[in-house]
Amino acid sequence: MGKWKIFYKRFAKRKTAVVGGVVIIIYLLVALLAPVLAPYDPLQIDLVHKLQLPSWIHWLGTDDKGRDILSRLIFGTQLSLSVGFVAVIIGAAIGVPLGLVSGYYGRWVDAVIMRIVDVLLAFPGILLALAIVSALGPSLTNVIIAVGIFSVPTFARIVRGSTLAIKRLEFVDAIRALGASDIKIIFGHILPNVLSPIIVQATLRLATAILTAAGLSFLGMGAQPPSPEWGAMLSNGRDFLWSAPHLAAFPGAAIATLVLGFNLFGDGLRDALDQRMN
Amino acid sequence: MFVFIVRRILQMFPVLLGVTLVVFLIMHMVPGDPAMLMAGEGATQQRINEVRHGLGLDRPLPVQYFDYVNKVLHGDLGDSIRSNRPVLKEILVRLPTTLELSLASIALTIFLGLLFGIISASRQNSPIDMIIMIVALLGVSLPSFWIGLMLMYYFSVKIHMFPVAGWGTLRHMVLPAITLGIGGAAIVARMTRASMLEVIRQDYVRTARAKGVTERVVIYKHALKNAIIPVITVVGLQFGALLGGTVLTESVFAINGVGRLIVDSIRARDFPTVQGTVLFVSVMFMLVNMVVDILYKYFNKRIELN
Repeated sequence: MGKWKIFYKRFAKRKTAVVGGVVIIIYLLVALLAPVLAPYDPLQIDLVHKLQLPSWIHWLGTDDKGRDILSRLIFGTQLSLSVGFVAVIIGAAIGVPLGLVSGYYGRWVDAVIMRIVDVLLAFPGILLALAIVSALGPSLTNVIIAVGIFSVPTFARIVRGSTLAIKRLEFVDAIRALGASDIKIIFGHILPNVLSPIIVQATLRLATAILTAAGLSFLGMGAQPPSPEWGAMLSNGRDFLWSAPHLAAFPGAAIATLVLGFNLFGDGLRDALDQRMN
Repeated sequence: MFVFIVRRILQMFPVLLGVTLVVFLIMHMVPGDPAMLMAGEGATQQRINEVRHGLGLDRPLPVQYFDYVNKVLHGDLGDSIRSNRPVLKEILVRLPTTLELSLASIALTIFLGLLFGIISASRQNSPIDMIIMIVALLGVSLPSFWIGLMLMYYFSVKIHMFPVAGWGTLRHMVLPAITLGIGGAAIVARMTRASMLEVIRQDYVRTARAKGVTERVVIYKHALKNAIIPVITVVGLQFGALLGGTVLTESVFAINGVGRLIVDSIRARDFPTVQGTVLFVSVMFMLVNMVVDILYKYFNKRIELN
């Protein structure tokens, strides 16, 4: 049986992981088909029908400006997914090479890179991202940059650990004896062997990135009105918690479901890949 | 042990220096002229120059950095633009509130996390185990600020059980503590379960069972003692995440703590306060991590000796 088949069988056995995968696919489809699926223009103001409860006309009700909440959530999917993906790609693009170089060369290179990683990890939770956004100014682009940098140390650490294990294997010595350059060994031979932990980490990191970005927008540091970003919608909904709690309830549920999807999928991926490696 | 503690403290210094450098550089990335900002609107060029000189902003960057570190070492985090008071004072006034909130949350995190982790592990693969683990994953996935708002809606707006916002009494504490602690509890529960399952399989637990020790004693006396060690590290990390999380929770519940100070200062473009507060909270986080490392070593040592 091929490697992928074994992996697929192990993954498919984990029902929760499959559920996670399905959730992610649904959200991806919603994001791609947003213009077709959304019943209304997400930015169309209709003050006559503001703060309406869910009904047949507006399935999830309307917000304080009379905008259709379902349509806004559907378009918000595009924003949240792109923020998550781009931020994680930035984090991986910087973190993975750092981890590879750190693990491969060891000694002072490793010491310097790992101290930098330690420094970035010394900021608790959302604080580093918050500090970066505060300096760059509030915008969704800056949130992506901030969340990307926030993800760098995690990737660097994981990849360094895996690289340390791989570089001791005989095949690396053999390739080196054949005269391959360090760059070729690192990116041509070690990188493909540390892809599994990178993929698992990227999936779990997507969940964190989406949560962090929504948190920053909730604080008013990210997407600005009238953007249908979920965190910003939640922040707006807070002002109407008394009269129209659905304004805050639905965006939060959308975030939670997507993040749960990535967590379930990432957990399953990790277990399935771990077993394959064993 | 003494050597370990000393080494651990020494290890903290380069990271501490790095943190001051990052905070310093981030605040120098701020677009616009801080001197102009601090001088206020409509200030003359001469006044702006004076402010710039007063802040030392006309000197080379490395000199400014060393000056900054020197001041920080003497407990001077600068003055707030908003209130004109020393930033350290602004922080210390709010610190007790944030510490109360953090301690209440971490207590909840540990209690719920251990309880459900143990229940789950002792009934591995049962429906209860499945439900607990799914709820735990949900706990990790829910945005804390959303949990806060939903709790506030139900318990404060609808059934008037707890106050909507503010701080001061035990009743004020309940909802924010749950909001902040629930994510951590989920992580601790998952870790406790994994750690317990590992320990339960070991020989000494089997021996205890074979000797006829009751299941309750096996779980709580023999297994938990060893299973708890990796959990300590996770709790330590959670305490850090919690310090960061106070930013969101304090904003939701309008609690006048250190987390809210950061958010309010960012909104008011009060950069000395942002800089000082971020540095302060990060140093607190590092100290907590150090204590956790030492505790971990201490418990591990005791087990090695036993």
